[in-house]
Amino acid sequence: MSDTQTLRQWLLTETPTSRRHAKLSALYQGWLSFRSNTMAMVGLGILIALVLIAFAAPLLAPHDPFSQDLGNRLAPLGTEGHVFGTDSLGRDILSRLIYGARITLYIVALVALIAPVAGLLVGTVSGYVGGWADVVLMRITDIFLAFPRLVLALAFVAALGAGIENAVLAISLTAWPPYARIARAETLTIRSSDYISAIKLQGAGPIRIITKHIWPLCISSLIVRVTLDMAGIILAAAGLGFLGLGAQPPSPEWGAMISEGRRFILDHWWVATVPGLAIFTVSLAFNLLGDGLRDVLDPKAGE
Amino acid sequence: MTMLDVNGLNVWFGKNRDRVDAVKGASFQVAGGESFGLVGESGSGKSTILRAITGLAPDWSGTVTVNGTPITGKKRPRGFFKTVQMVFQDPYASLHPRHSVDQVLGETLHLHGFDDIDGRVAKLLDDVGLGQKFRFRYPHQLSGGQRQRVAIARALAPEPTVLLLDEPTSALDVSVQAEILNLLADLRADRGLTYLMVSHDLSVVGHMCDRLAVMRNGEIVEILDVAALRASQASHPYSQQLLQASL
Repeated sequence: MSDTQTLRQWLLTETPTSRRHAKLSALYQGWLSFRSNTMAMVGLGILIALVLIAFAAPLLAPHDPFSQDLGNRLAPLGTEGHVFGTDSLGRDILSRLIYGARITLYIVALVALIAPVAGLLVGTVSGYVGGWADVVLMRITDIFLAFPRLVLALAFVAALGAGIENAVLAISLTAWPPYARIARAETLTIRSSDYISAIKLQGAGPIRIITKHIWPLCISSLIVRVTLDMAGIILAAAGLGFLGLGAQPPSPEWGAMISEGRRFILDHWWVATVPGLAIFTVSLAFNLLGDGLRDVLDPKAGE
Repeated sequence: MTMLDVNGLNVWFGKNRDRVDAVKGASFQVAGGESFGLVGESGSGKSTILRAITGLAPDWSGTVTVNGTPITGKKRPRGFFKTVQMVFQDPYASLHPRHSVDQVLGETLHLHGFDDIDGRVAKLLDDVGLGQKFRFRYPHQLSGGQRQRVAIARALAPEPTVLLLDEPTSALDVSVQAEILNLLADLRADRGLTYLMVSHDLSVVGHMCDRLAVMRNGEIVEILDVAALRASQASHPYSQQLLQASL
């Protein structure tokens, strides 16, 4: 028997022998069911590639993303030294795309840290405490939900000033209400269940019940929702960039690149199309990943 | 001496026009070490009495005294749960789906301020007839009977004197029911526990309890002892009807 096989058996055992063993075993089983979903694996592969590209940007990029060469502006696809051509200032589009991956990841990571956490807090407290807290928190959520997302983000950016950090903040502020709604709905079903009654009978207080018993059950559906929303968040960031309210030139943010290419879209289509394809690919990857994660994590589907 | 004294208990849900009276004027006494049954059809308010005692049904009136201490309102002091514990009806719903057996028992012990949690978890598992190999399993890796054993272990963790059993076997297979009932009977004999057991199954109550109260539409219609039950000597027509139906 080889080493890997015994490891596999150790991970798949029905009788774990320690806390860590039980956790690892549960994780491995989740990974196995995730791995059987080909499309989700494609999505995960694209995203891992994106992370690697972002980290290794200085090594991978053939040119400086900011160096201009006006003599060689708007070079078409496949030009020697410029695989994706050059933009209106003669900057290499491929290099700008590679550096732009960093900005995209930065936006995605920050929004993913802020919005779901805020939504989870508001939703679970609102759902568990009920009464006046519920009414007040949910009406605030309703107010945020009533605005179209991009318009609200525009208003925030206009108030806070243009820039990538403010764009992230604005997107987060508009992204949390749906998470609060989901978390509240989940909490309402969970809080009346017997296992919550049982832990109340052990004298547990509301803070312990919310953080240790309700959060673990809400988080999986939130993770799924976040990955599915990521595409929308990237598009919103690109939209803000396109409108000139997100990343500022000469930053190689993908939405801002499309915005720059817009002027030449009829004669020099690749300037806007290539970053558009990049946004499309990453959004698609997040959607595929979210679909796969839903199959693994959604407690309602499994068991 | 009287361990549990319930006098004129009313429990209701909702307000004004939506008010539903689930229990109306229930009174009974359970002596220390006794096993008392509550029987009746679905919706007769049996389980609601247990939930009112533990504070899970907030709106009630009347007096309830546990071991000489009257209980009040909705909140129970911490010490209360060291005396009274409850086993729920459905073991598929009463265990947190993401918590392993070890976490469930460990957290309970932690909340009651015990030390040597590792040793106590191991002992609890032995006490309810589950080996150590079940310790790190999640509920979905357990059968219904095993889950109910975990739920019983959780209720026993704070070392209570009164155990409220809410139809502890009705969600289980017939063969597993007998195992769980025997386990409960053994535990009572070993630890001198007082049981208040809810069931719609007269044979289960006849097996487990010394006395029982028959409930109908939220009212206790008759309290009789098991000898009378076995001899079919119920005086109230509804109790006779129940007896007839279960023969």
